[in-house]
Amino acid sequence: MGEMMNEGQALGGNIDLTQFYQIFFEEAGENLEQMEQMLLALDVEAADDEELNAIFRCAHSIKGGAATFGFADVAELTHQMESLLDKLRRHELQPTPPMVDVLLESSDALKILLARHQGRPVDPPETASLVERIYALAHGQAPAAAAPAPTPAPATAAPVAAPAPVVAAPVASPTPVAVRAPRADGQRQLEIHIGPMTNPAQADSIAELFRDITGLGQIEALPCDQEDHRVYQVITTSTDGDLMDLFTFHVNKELIRIVDLDAAAPAATAPAPAATQGTGIAGEGSDFGFFDDAPGTPGSPAPASVAAEPVEPSPVAAPAPAPVAVAKPAPAVTRPEPKAAAGAQASMESSTLRVSVSKVDQLINLVGELVITQAMLAQKSRELDVTHNQALLAGLADLDRNTRDLQEAVMSIRMIPMSVVFNRFPRMLRDLAGKLGKKVELITHGEATELDKGLIEKITDPLTHLIRNSCDHGIEMPADRLAKGKTEHGTITLSASHQGGSILIEVRDDGKGLSREKLLTKAREKGIDAPDSLTDAEVWSLIFAPGFSTAEEVTDVSGRGVGMDVVKKNIASLGGTVEIDSAEGYGMSVKVRLPLTLAIMDGMSVRVSDEVYILPLSSVIESFQINPADINTVAQGAQLVKVREEYMPVIELEKIFSVPRFEFNNTSPIMVVVESEGSRVALMVDELLGQQQVVIKNLETNYRKVPNVSGATILGDGKVALILDTSGLVRRSRH
Amino acid sequence: MLSILAVDDSASMRKMVSFTLTGAGFHVVEAVDGQDAFEKAQTHAIDLVLTDQNMPRLDGLGLTRKLREHPKFKTTPILILTTESSDQMKQAGRAAGATGWLVKPFDPGRLIEVIQKVIR
Repeated sequence: MGEMMNEGQALGGNIDLTQFYQIFFEEAGENLEQMEQMLLALDVEAADDEELNAIFRCAHSIKGGAATFGFADVAELTHQMESLLDKLRRHELQPTPPMVDVLLESSDALKILLARHQGRPVDPPETASLVERIYALAHGQAPAAAAPAPTPAPATAAPVAAPAPVVAAPVASPTPVAVRAPRADGQRQLEIHIGPMTNPAQADSIAELFRDITGLGQIEALPCDQEDHRVYQVITTSTDGDLMDLFTFHVNKELIRIVDLDAAAPAATAPAPAATQGTGIAGEGSDFGFFDDAPGTPGSPAPASVAAEPVEPSPVAAPAPAPVAVAKPAPAVTRPEPKAAAGAQASMESSTLRVSVSKVDQLINLVGELVITQAMLAQKSRELDVTHNQALLAGLADLDRNTRDLQEAVMSIRMIPMSVVFNRFPRMLRDLAGKLGKKVELITHGEATELDKGLIEKITDPLTHLIRNSCDHGIEMPADRLAKGKTEHGTITLSASHQGGSILIEVRDDGKGLSREKLLTKAREKGIDAPDSLTDAEVWSLIFAPGFSTAEEVTDVSGRGVGMDVVKKNIASLGGTVEIDSAEGYGMSVKVRLPLTLAIMDGMSVRVSDEVYILPLSSVIESFQINPADINTVAQGAQLVKVREEYMPVIELEKIFSVPRFEFNNTSPIMVVVESEGSRVALMVDELLGQQQVVIKNLETNYRKVPNVSGATILGDGKVALILDTSGLVRRSRH
Repeated sequence: MLSILAVDDSASMRKMVSFTLTGAGFHVVEAVDGQDAFEKAQTHAIDLVLTDQNMPRLDGLGLTRKLREHPKFKTTPILILTTESSDQMKQAGRAAGATGWLVKPFDPGRLIEVIQKVIR
């Protein structure tokens, strides 16, 4: 191996495999996710071949990468999974729910293993028992798997059903012959001597090979008087070279001696020459090989002379008619000249590109700056004389359009589909329902709806909580459901859709719904003022009160100290809202409305004295001019304005932000009504300046948190304007 | 410069193989599965095909068979990367018309060494 390495290094340079780790981790993560989804969707009763193949490929691909890049623990576990999946896809075993369970658990363990390899401080998972369980499932139950001898080929069927141990009864011996006998009789009886070994148990893995690899043959341990040796009797159709290939994975080549009991040659066979003659292999090492009469083989004569050669297969190449035809190349064909297209091959097309988030964020920031500069230019240009500056103004108009398109395009880079979040729920719900003894089906709609990556990450926890709630508190036990004339299966529907400038995510269940009476009683117990006159919507929103939980007892599922109040707070911090609707006995629905992105929003700019503030357009309901006399002052100096026979709290922005007012002209004459969390307030402003898209700059990261302000932006004239936190203002008016 | 068509559905393996081969002075054309490889083989000059076995759409053996049917690839060396070095796999490789096989996992240096043995 040493000299091989040297050669490799001389040719390829000393290759540092760590540079491929990241891409492997990402790929393995994707494979695991895909495998999980497919396992969850798998119908064990009627598993589709293509599905089984695809699941197998995921495990196979992870295993290949893990082995290549040196993650032995990952490779080991995936190897076991792969073995089981291989038997499933070959129909040697029927998929069963326990298999799906253990594969899902293994996939969890793999995620942890991979996280550890990426340097995250997590406890190592317990994989030994998983490996055992998979092994047992793969070997313990199926007839075909239990006996090592029968091959999967149906022609040779008659599988031995006895759960035979490693050592097979000789009865089963003739089976492999018909399938792929390289010679007329095929079977060879061999004695394999292994040793000396410091740990003779090493040799057990060789016995296991015969158990693992269908059709390899049978192995039987023979008594051996040397402590550090093992002797086996093997009946196989494989050549010495092939056996050596397999054995040398476990035991050093030098320690293995293969004695052919049938052949008159009693001497130990040197593996290499035996292989060369035995299988029609032109040259090989322990890990590679060439077929001696195959096209393109090193040392095979030039095409013309190949054609002249007798093309009958070598004695052992029986089942290979294809190469015969292949070995007669059209005389004109030689290896194509590489120079022709070499230059044009730079294209390594791939439909996607992996870019780090920080690069995208930088791009978004720059575009944000560009939007501001553009707005500034646009504002300045208004002062210009149109007749004299026609070209300049036309250019600015183009700039305006291009900036907006660019901004949209760049923002879309950060948009990822909701499926990223939705995909985790089937698994969670399956585990949860299992734990609670409930039957729940999850239906998802609108997985393709795109949302900003930052929002997606932050919405995951609240959504998880809502779905847990639905399953835990909403959906009834199967018997209860049947008693109520409902289906045994509860249904939770998760949907996402675009609605104007926001996204609407709804979690709906067909469970028992909210009880108005219970909520009111509970609220009163908690000391919350809850008169009977509350509307349904107001009653439902009681569950957002801190510490409020409607289940009679706290379960270990939902009752984790994180209540609906936290869900609501988290969603509000994203600029979103939550609405609840329910019909007792029929279920409930929670609607979460979120802005599409955290970086840009449609705002309405208003003036208060010399200051400009931005209101999120989504929360603005209406605006109107008033007569100061319409404002009534009630107790504690609170002010109310009567709008269409309804009194609404008034907030004087100039008081809240202590805006200095130099020209004393009484109060502001304009009211802007904003709504948040179902309540409305009227904000007093001096002037409505207009609507525009604003780039949101985070105040907390650049300065500190300011009450009633959710962020800041830079206006066209270069001034900074604060973006008002309407939900904070509405809340303020309540107290 | 000799051109190698590297076929693997795993991006990390593809990248590793491609990086290794490029470093050894080969030109590499990547393909994500057998079907993609077959299509690329039509439009690129290829001196050697290095293909994974287990892939969606068209596997390594399938690709080998399809390529061998094509006059342009009657004698092009085709190496199959496989995780199993079983006799069955070898027989199947031979029947499909492959030139040889290399067992995964392999060391990058080893890959070049094997390829050098084929392309001389």
